[in-house]
Amino acid sequence: MELTVLYYLIPSLIMFGCGVYGFITRKNLIAILISLELMLNSVDINFVVFNRFLFPGQMEGMFFTLFAIAIAAAETALAIAIIINIFRVVKNVDVENLTKMKY
Amino acid sequence: MNLIGNSIVYCVIAVAIIVFSVLSVTSRKILRAATYLLFTLFATAALYFQLGYEFLGAVQLAVYAGGILVLFVFSILLTTKPGDNAERLVSKKRKLGLTAAVAGVAVCGYALVSFFAENAASLSSAMIDVDMERIGQALMGTEKFEYLLPFEAISVLLLACIIGGVTVARKR
Repeated sequence: MELTVLYYLIPSLIMFGCGVYGFITRKNLIAILISLELMLNSVDINFVVFNRFLFPGQMEGMFFTLFAIAIAAAETALAIAIIINIFRVVKNVDVENLTKMKY
Repeated sequence: MNLIGNSIVYCVIAVAIIVFSVLSVTSRKILRAATYLLFTLFATAALYFQLGYEFLGAVQLAVYAGGILVLFVFSILLTTKPGDNAERLVSKKRKLGLTAAVAGVAVCGYALVSFFAENAASLSSAMIDVDMERIGQALMGTEKFEYLLPFEAISVLLLACIIGGVTVARKR
């Protein structure tokens, strides 16, 4: 079996689909964040795979993924800070209880 | 022989990615969902190693598996009782989610398969080795295809994120 670019894009596509499903159906804010993380990760895989298969002499996809990982870390840290703050005010992290913008 | 070994490693990684990502969005205990996410990230790192990007795989392990997952576990333990089940999904919402996900996957999968069926790019061995020296040169240079400015911007972003996190989450 020769591994073409398609073999790597299909798992990443399924991962992205899982992320979409979780983002729509979950109610817990942290679970939504986990689904978001899955989607980000699948996009990272795509960058690396395209870099490796279509432009093997360059490193642009790799660097894009590197910076995407750093930005994902920053985003997650901030999102978790916000979630903890919400928990302190509402005592709950379900999206359906968050109906007010300001307390 | 090498080809067969590569295929076996690829199959293990692909199955792990698919199974664990499905489990991490369907599991009803949130701590388990985080654990399955960790396994998915491990499998992704293994994929990077298999493709020859050792540095990227190490960064994925250190930042994602070592950093972000710890944050997730912290916040899960702070905000929910461990052992709590998420309530059952309303079937309307589940239908909506399944429709969106399956439709998206089907459309993209059809596009991918029909495009790459005729012009499939296979792994070329002409890849220049991605060694640490080249990565360092590219990360610290200011020429074309070199990334000093984004590197500095990321450092400022991380500083802003630290300050923002402390300000948002501190006790008043």
